[in-house]
Amino acid sequence: MKVGLFIPCYVDQFYPGAAIATLKLLEKLGVEVFYPPKQTCCGQPMANSGFEHLTTGCNELFIENFAAFDYIVAPSGSCVLHVRDHLHDDKNPGAAKVISHKIYELTAFLTDVLKVKRLDAKFPHRVGIHQSCHGQRGLHISSMTELVEPEFSKPLSLLQMVSGIDIVELDRKDECCGFGGTFCVTEEAVSVKMGKDRVADHLEHGAEYITGVDMSCLMHMEGILKRQGSKVKVIHIAEILNAR
Amino acid sequence: MTSREKILMTIKANQPATTKLPNITEFDHEVEGSLLKFSSVLAGVGGKVAYVSGYPEIIRIILNRNDNNLRIVSPVKELSALNTEKLVDLTSSHNLHNVEWAVLNAQFGVAENGAVWITDKEMGQRVLPFVTQHLAVVIKAANIVATMHQAYELISKTTYGFGTFIAGPSKTADIEQSLVIGAHGPRSMTVFIIEGHKHAEGI
Amino acid sequence: MIARNKKEHAELAQEFNRDEDRVNWHDETLWWIREKRDKSAHQIPEWEHLREAASQIKNNVLSNLHNYLLQFEKNAISNGIELHWAANADEHNRIVHRLINEANVVRMVKSKSMLTEECGLNEYLAQHGIEVIDSDLGERIVQLAEEPPSHIVLPCIHKKKEEIGEIFHKHLGIEANISDPQFLTETARQHLRGIFLTRKVALTGVNFAVAETGEFVVCTNEGNADMGAHLADVHIASMGIEKIIPERKHLGVFLRLLTRSATGQPITTYSSHFKTPRDGKKIHIIIVDNGRTVQLGRKDFRNSLKCIRCAACFNTCPVYRRSGGHSYHTAIAGPIGSILAPNLDMKKYADLPFASTLCGSCSNVCPVKIDIHEQLYKWRQVIVKNGYASTTKKAGMQAMTWTLSSPFLYHLAGKAGRWVIKYAPFAVNNKLNPWYKHRDMPASPEWSFSEWYQKNRQN
Repeated sequence: MKVGLFIPCYVDQFYPGAAIATLKLLEKLGVEVFYPPKQTCCGQPMANSGFEHLTTGCNELFIENFAAFDYIVAPSGSCVLHVRDHLHDDKNPGAAKVISHKIYELTAFLTDVLKVKRLDAKFPHRVGIHQSCHGQRGLHISSMTELVEPEFSKPLSLLQMVSGIDIVELDRKDECCGFGGTFCVTEEAVSVKMGKDRVADHLEHGAEYITGVDMSCLMHMEGILKRQGSKVKVIHIAEILNAR
Repeated sequence: MTSREKILMTIKANQPATTKLPNITEFDHEVEGSLLKFSSVLAGVGGKVAYVSGYPEIIRIILNRNDNNLRIVSPVKELSALNTEKLVDLTSSHNLHNVEWAVLNAQFGVAENGAVWITDKEMGQRVLPFVTQHLAVVIKAANIVATMHQAYELISKTTYGFGTFIAGPSKTADIEQSLVIGAHGPRSMTVFIIEGHKHAEGI
Repeated sequence: MIARNKKEHAELAQEFNRDEDRVNWHDETLWWIREKRDKSAHQIPEWEHLREAASQIKNNVLSNLHNYLLQFEKNAISNGIELHWAANADEHNRIVHRLINEANVVRMVKSKSMLTEECGLNEYLAQHGIEVIDSDLGERIVQLAEEPPSHIVLPCIHKKKEEIGEIFHKHLGIEANISDPQFLTETARQHLRGIFLTRKVALTGVNFAVAETGEFVVCTNEGNADMGAHLADVHIASMGIEKIIPERKHLGVFLRLLTRSATGQPITTYSSHFKTPRDGKKIHIIIVDNGRTVQLGRKDFRNSLKCIRCAACFNTCPVYRRSGGHSYHTAIAGPIGSILAPNLDMKKYADLPFASTLCGSCSNVCPVKIDIHEQLYKWRQVIVKNGYASTTKKAGMQAMTWTLSSPFLYHLAGKAGRWVIKYAPFAVNNKLNPWYKHRDMPASPEWSFSEWYQKNRQN
């Protein structure tokens, strides 16, 4: 199985550690991973802002870079959801459809395709899980508190394989952090308030780290934590699952 | 073109292709309505439940509660002794504005939400169960269904000009989500359950 | 005169957020209602099947609306009800006015109807010398305060009890500094009882109109709709065209979902089915379009017409809870309002679909499965295509597109960004950068992942 690694633009530029951990984790699990060097962005920032019609360039690049792989894996629920739901190429509609069926968020890939049952990882810390909305409600990588459905969580199941980890309980298990793409600056007041409330939930329950599948959410919460002078850190789930 | 014609024409042009109605018989449980559940749900929404052997006992209970000889009205034949006036004047709704107690028959209760179904046949005047300060209704223990689906099954066999589900006393939480009982309708609601062959479970 | 704002959601939300304690209070109150809804839903094992059934029933209604309306009209008329059709808000208001005139009165009592709020009925009637008293406690409070409601089920959820006490002190003659909800409710009870007993014309909304039988259902907890209607000579019921349901038995599905979704209660205290007028009295139904037929023709947005006005989406929306209904500057706020309003006036409400992070919680709680968050996304595309994005935003998006569509420009921009953060932080750590107002910028790593990969893995 040949896996193409898709790294979200802001992870590439600002959180390379999450990307490196993703790569190393997949390789550890026996996957042959390729990183197409000409990749850029999935196009979500424009699309979510109402400029879907400007994403042709990103779409074409994405298809060009990733069409050849058996699977595409990304450490991001939000980018994967966008590609799955919105990738299209009028010149090559079939290719876009094929890609949308084989792109996976990391924890979904580990759970559903690799069917990982144990991990050789250690992370002896109190960790709060932030349920990023697009991964959760869009990709259904965990159950949603609004629905009457059996509880499950792919990220949590994987984290429970990490030795020494202590997962904290939260008051609001799946409330949005308020990042929302350009929302974070166009509706700055509400965005920040949502982020502060999320962070407070983790802090009240004694988290030392806040983790999740989307670095965008974590970046937003990190900005607030640092402004508060907090010692609590954010960390992408790939880095915990890869920790020794 | 009248507005009616314009609206209907636009709707016809704009409505999507027909989709089928779902089959909702899957929600018809064979389960009987639980008396225990009805009582506990009703209590949860601020209603009171009293198990009685028959109408005479209801008369005794109501008269006991009405210390001040305030106005009681009941269109129920078996409860005519309750009426504080010889002839109950139910011809005018406004005449009922100072009723303290209204006691009415209801057709049945619904266990899942503690509601009773009552129509204008049982009310006499439609405003009576709303304008009264305290409301009491009488149902037979056997007439409790489990869900609203079964309720509508029963309703389909009747006719009415006005009917309502009443679940407990009137209430509001409009002021800072503090629940206050007795908004514009009755301040209390009591359901008298006449036990027949069906005995209250676990009471 | 109720003020309508010209400001947009972001600015109004920012003002709302100046008082953080108040935002916390507003947010926690509404979250608590969401939790009550969850608890209630989880007591029904078949809850998700009920939602699916309700969704399919409403899909069928939209697909057959023409015939259902005709069927409803025929049956309502044979029940002795008079029907009127209003193409728009103004026509609706004029019909109400005419009916009041025909009854030879100048006063009316009204129970909750968001449709009449949408039509601006109270203001219209006031301009024509007709007094309208809103009988729902929350609506009466905001009416006295001369504000619009901020929530379609809990109209004054934005008001604290002390403020309500102050309003009653000013307008209803109670003493100052009273804030006990019991006392305040009793005050309203006495005040409104007199109103109910003296008004010859009562107006209510319509929760559901049954095509099969020509009856309609009005749901309240207070009993105010019934108090008004059963004491009046003329009962006017205003309904949107989309309030139709096919058969009476479908009420079983909707009445099980409505109040549990709205407040967590198993049912409203009163679910009143009006079929015929009382002897010698009248019932008039006004069927209103006001933009609904246009929405019906929008393939991507017609499902918003399935709405049963439960406000579950408001209560779950993290943005609504932290910005308040008035930030939406429209009759129906929250997520559903944000997909209904642009249809009425795309320019005026262009900001609303952007007042969301697209988290998707709203779609999950919607009892009729409206794909609210997906429609928010689609409205954004429509709004931009129709030219309602600002020039700066358009320019910014175009620049982003060029950068992200070219690997060379993308890496260049990324490297430049990291350099600025590291060596010239003042360029971004300042008031011009909205991110920086309350958040630190991310740290600047030595290498991007692609640079690391090139160095360490490219053989």
